[in-house]
Amino acid sequence: MSNPVLNVKAVDKDFGGIRALDDVDLVVHQKEIVALIGPNGAGKTTFFNCITGIYAPTSGDVLVDPKATGDPVRVNGKKPNKVTELGMARTFQNIRLFPSMTALENVMIGTHCRTKSAVFGAITRCKATRNEEQAVIDRSYELLKLVGLDQYVNETSANMPYGKQRRLEIARALATDPFLLLLDEPAAGMNPQETHDLEKLIVDLRDRFDIAIMLIEHDMKMVMSMSDRIYVLDYGRMIADGTPREVAENPAVIKAYLGESDDD
Amino acid sequence: MDYFLELFFGGLTRGSIYALIALGYTMVYGIIELINFAHGEIYMIGAFTGLIVAGVLTALGFPEASILVIALICAVIWSASYGYTVEKIGYKPLRGAQRLSPLISAIGMSIFLQNYVMLAQTPDFLPFPALTPQFDFMKPYSAVMNSSELVIVVATIAVCVGLTLFIKYTKLGKAMRATAQNRKMAMLVGVNVDMVISATFVIGSSLAAVGGVLIASHIGQINYFIGFIAGIKAFTAAVLGGIGSIPGAMLGALVLGLTEAFATGYVSSDYEDVFAFCLLVLILIFRPAGIMGKEKTQKV
Amino acid sequence: MNNTLNETGHQGALRLLLSAGCHSIPHALRKSAMVAAWFAFLTFPILVIKVNTIENTVAWRWENMLAIAVATFFGSYVWRWLLARKEIKRDEAKRESVAERLLTKVQSHPILKLAGLAAIAIPAVLYPQVFDLYQTNIMVSCLVFIVLGLGLNIVVGLAGLLDLGYVAFYAVGAYAYALCNLHWGIGFWTMLPLGAALGTIMGVILGFPVLRLRGDYLAIVTLGFGEIIRLVLENWGDVTKGPSGISNIARPEFFGMKLTIAQSTMYMYYIMLGLLVLTIFCVSRLQHSRIGRAWLALREDEIACQAMGIDKVKTKLLAFALGATWAGMAGVVFAARTTFINPASFTFWESAMILSIVVIGGMGSIRGVIAGAIILILVPEYLREFSEFRMLLFGAIMVMVMVFRPQGLISAKRKIYTYKGTSEAGSGQ
Ligand SMILES: Nc1ncnc2c1ncn2[C@@H]1O[C@H](COP(=O)(O)OP(=O)(O)OP(=O)(O)O)[C@@H](O)[C@H]1O
Ligand SMILES: [Mg+2]
Repeated sequence: MSNPVLNVKAVDKDFGGIRALDDVDLVVHQKEIVALIGPNGAGKTTFFNCITGIYAPTSGDVLVDPKATGDPVRVNGKKPNKVTELGMARTFQNIRLFPSMTALENVMIGTHCRTKSAVFGAITRCKATRNEEQAVIDRSYELLKLVGLDQYVNETSANMPYGKQRRLEIARALATDPFLLLLDEPAAGMNPQETHDLEKLIVDLRDRFDIAIMLIEHDMKMVMSMSDRIYVLDYGRMIADGTPREVAENPAVIKAYLGESDDD
Repeated sequence: MDYFLELFFGGLTRGSIYALIALGYTMVYGIIELINFAHGEIYMIGAFTGLIVAGVLTALGFPEASILVIALICAVIWSASYGYTVEKIGYKPLRGAQRLSPLISAIGMSIFLQNYVMLAQTPDFLPFPALTPQFDFMKPYSAVMNSSELVIVVATIAVCVGLTLFIKYTKLGKAMRATAQNRKMAMLVGVNVDMVISATFVIGSSLAAVGGVLIASHIGQINYFIGFIAGIKAFTAAVLGGIGSIPGAMLGALVLGLTEAFATGYVSSDYEDVFAFCLLVLILIFRPAGIMGKEKTQKV
Repeated sequence: MNNTLNETGHQGALRLLLSAGCHSIPHALRKSAMVAAWFAFLTFPILVIKVNTIENTVAWRWENMLAIAVATFFGSYVWRWLLARKEIKRDEAKRESVAERLLTKVQSHPILKLAGLAAIAIPAVLYPQVFDLYQTNIMVSCLVFIVLGLGLNIVVGLAGLLDLGYVAFYAVGAYAYALCNLHWGIGFWTMLPLGAALGTIMGVILGFPVLRLRGDYLAIVTLGFGEIIRLVLENWGDVTKGPSGISNIARPEFFGMKLTIAQSTMYMYYIMLGLLVLTIFCVSRLQHSRIGRAWLALREDEIACQAMGIDKVKTKLLAFALGATWAGMAGVVFAARTTFINPASFTFWESAMILSIVVIGGMGSIRGVIAGAIILILVPEYLREFSEFRMLLFGAIMVMVMVFRPQGLISAKRKIYTYKGTSEAGSGQ
C-alpha cells in the first residue's frame, strides 16, 4: 500500500477538563474519499481544527505528506496558514465566508498562498502582477463554474442562498490547490436533490483534481454510497473504521448510534 | 522608612481611585464586551457635579459635614444618569453592529462630553474645596498618611465589599452574571438584558462618581481633562487584573497604584504616565488575559 | 414597525417625522416631552450652575436649561425619525446613494471620466493663483490631513485595525526632520523619503509585538504608544527641547533658491498636491490588489482568512507599516510647513481627528476620506465663530455616524473583475 498523505497518530485534545479527542489515529491515502462520522459532540469538528492548526493538539502527531513520498512533515502547532500552504484546505460547519466580498473575490482569496505579487507589484502593476492577477481571476471563475455558481460571480456572498454558500466555500478551499480537501458537513441544511448533486460534485472533484477528500457528514445515505472508508468517532474515541459495509455491521457503531438515536 | 510608607499610602490611595473607576470598565466589558471609552468622562462629570453642588451649598451656608455627603449623593445621581444616557444614545442602537462601531462611538462620546463640560464650565483648572474632615486621631501619622487618604481607602473598601455582595446575592447581581456569561441564554431564561445592561452602566458610573468627588477633594483641583488620563489608567488596571473580573479590577488597580507611586518616588516623576502606559502595553502583549482573567479559545 | 411607514408622498413623510418611532402623534409628543425633561434634569448642574469656589458666588444660567429642553424636544423627533428610517432602509443603505451612483456612472464612461478629472484637476492646480496666502495655507493643511486620512485608511479602513496612536508616526516624521535639519542641516527633499522610511520602520517595530492582539486591545495599546511617544518628546528635553519645541526649521528649497513666504507657501501647496496624487494612486492600487483583498478578508473573518493560507501577522504588519509610512512623510511636510513643532501638535486629539476623517468619510473609501477631510478641516476653518464647538461637534458626529450611517458618507465599493469568456463581464450590476 502507498504512503498515506495524512497520518494522525494518538492525538489528544483537552479543553480544560473535557477530553474532546482521546488517542485518535487516522490515515488518508491519495485520491481517497474518507468520511468521519459520529454522534453530535463526538469531536469531529475538533479533529478538523486540530489537524488544520486552528487548535494545537494536546499530544500526538499530525503528519502530512503531500506527494506520498514517505517523508512526512509534522504539522502540530503550525499556524493554520502554514497548514493550508502545505496543502490541506477546509470548509467550516457554520459557514465562514467573507460576507461583504463577492463570490469571485472569496475564491480569489483562496489563491493568496499560491501567488506572490507584493506591494511593489501592486503599486506599479507591472507585467508579472497583471498576468498573475488575470490568471487568478480566470482560475477563480473556472472554479466557480465548476461548482455551479457562475450566475453568482459578482454577487456578495452574504446575499447568496445557503446551499450556494456551502458550494462557494468548497470552491474557495479548492483555490488553495490542496492535496487533501476537508469538508465539515457539506450537506447540512440541503434537501435530498441538493445532497445528491453535491455528492456527484465531490466525486467529480476527486477525479478531476486527483485529490483526497475527507468529509464529516451526518447524512448516512450519502456517506455510505460515496466513501471509500469510514471512521467513527464517539465521545472523542475512534470506535471503528473500515469500508462502509464493515462499519455498518460493526456492533460498537450500531450501539453508539442507537444509544444516541441519531440519524438513520 | 517614612518615605517608603508615604509612597505606599499614596499608592494605596491612587490604587483605590483606580479601582473605583476600573470596576465600571470591567463590569461593562464583562457584559457587552465594549471598552467604554467615555467612562473616564463620567468620572470627570462626577467630580464637576460634586464641585458645583458643594459650591452651591457653601454659598447657602450649609454645615461642613453635610456638604460632603450631599455632594457625593448628587454626584452619584448625575453621573449615573449620564452613564445611563450615554448607553442609550451611543451604544444601544449599535448592538449587533461590527465590533469597532461601538468603540468608535464611545470615543466620540468621550470627545463630546469633555468639550461639553469645557464649554459649559471652564477650560481652566477649578479649585476644589477640601470636603473631607480632618480627623484628630490621624495627626500623629500625618507624615505618612492624611485623613482624606484614609477616607478614600476606607470608602473604596466599603464600596468593593458592597459590590461583591451585591453581585453575589441579589437578583440583579445574578442576572448580571448570567448576562455576562451568555447573553442569549440569559435572554431565553427571562432575564431582561436591556435592563441589566442599563443597570451595569448606572452602577459603574456611580462608583466612578464616588472616586471623582473623593480624589478631587483630596487633590484640590479639577478640570475637564482629568477623565482622560484617569480613564486610561483605570482601564490599564482593569486589564492588568483581567478584564471582566471584578476582584481582578480591584487587585489590578492596587498593583498599578503602588507601581506608579514607587516608580515616581524612586525613579523619576517626569515619566509618571509613561510607567502606566508601559505597564499596559507590556501586560497586553505578554499576558492579555491579565492576572485573574482566563484565556478564552474561540469556538470554530 | 407601524402602518404610517407604508404611506408615500409628502404627507406620509411628514407624518412619519411627526410620529417617528411611535404609534401616534400624541404618543410622540409625550415621548419628546419626556426626553426634554430628562435632558433638562441631566444637564442641570453642569449647564445651569456655575460656581466660583474662591469667592463663593453662584451664577444661575436658566436660559441654558430652556435652550436644552427645546433643542432636545425637537432633537428627539429627528433622532427617532432617523432611527425609523434606518430600519426601513436597512437594505437600501447597503446599496449606493444617488450621488454615488452618479459618480460610478461618470467613472465608467471614459470621456466623462476625463472631463470629471479635469474638473477637479484644473481648480486644484489654479487654487493658489486665485486665492490669497491665507486660503492657500488652509488648503495646504487640509491636504496634509487628506494624506494622513488616506494613510490611516489603509490601517483602519482596509485592514480593520483600530489604531488610536497614528499621530505617533506623524510626530516621528516631524521630529526626525526638525532634528536632522537642526543638527546636520539635512534638507527637505532628502528627508522626505527618509521620513517615510523611518515611519515604516517604526510601524514594523511597534506593530510586531501588538498586532497579535484582539481588535479593541489593539486600539488601547496603540493609544498607549502614542501617548508614550508624546510624553517622551515632552520630557526628554536634552534632545527634543521639551515642551517649548523646535523652531526655525528650514522650508523646502526650490533648486537651491531661497523663496519668500508667499512663494514658499505656494510651493508647499504644489508639493502637497503632488504627494496627494501619489497617495491616491498608491492606495487605490493597493486596495484592488492581492494584498488589498487579503486586508479586507482579514477584517471580515480572521479565522477563515488564516484557514485560506493568509499569514495574519504579516498581512496586518504590512498595513500597519504602510500606514505609518504616509504618516512619517506627512510629518516631514508638517515640520517644513510650520517651521516650528512642539509636542502639543501630536496629542491624542490629533489621532482622534484623523480617525474621524476616516470614519465619517467612509472607511475603506478613498473618495470618502477626501470628503471627510474637506468637511472636517475646511468647514471649521470657515466657521471661525464655531471653532470652539468644533471638537464638540466632532464627538457628536462620530456617534451619529456610527449610529445612523456606519459605512460613512461615501461607502467603499466592491470592484467588479472582468474574466474571460463571458458576456456578463464588465461593470454591469
Ligand atoms: N473551543 C472549545 N472550548 C471548549 N470546549 C469545546 C471547544 N470546542 C469544542 N468543544 C467541545 O468539544 C466537544 C466536541 O465538539 P465538536 O464541535 O468537535 O463536536 P462535533 O462532533 O463536531 O459535533 P457536531 O456534529 O454537533 O458538529 C464538545 O463537547 C464541545 O463542547
Ligand atoms: Mg461539528
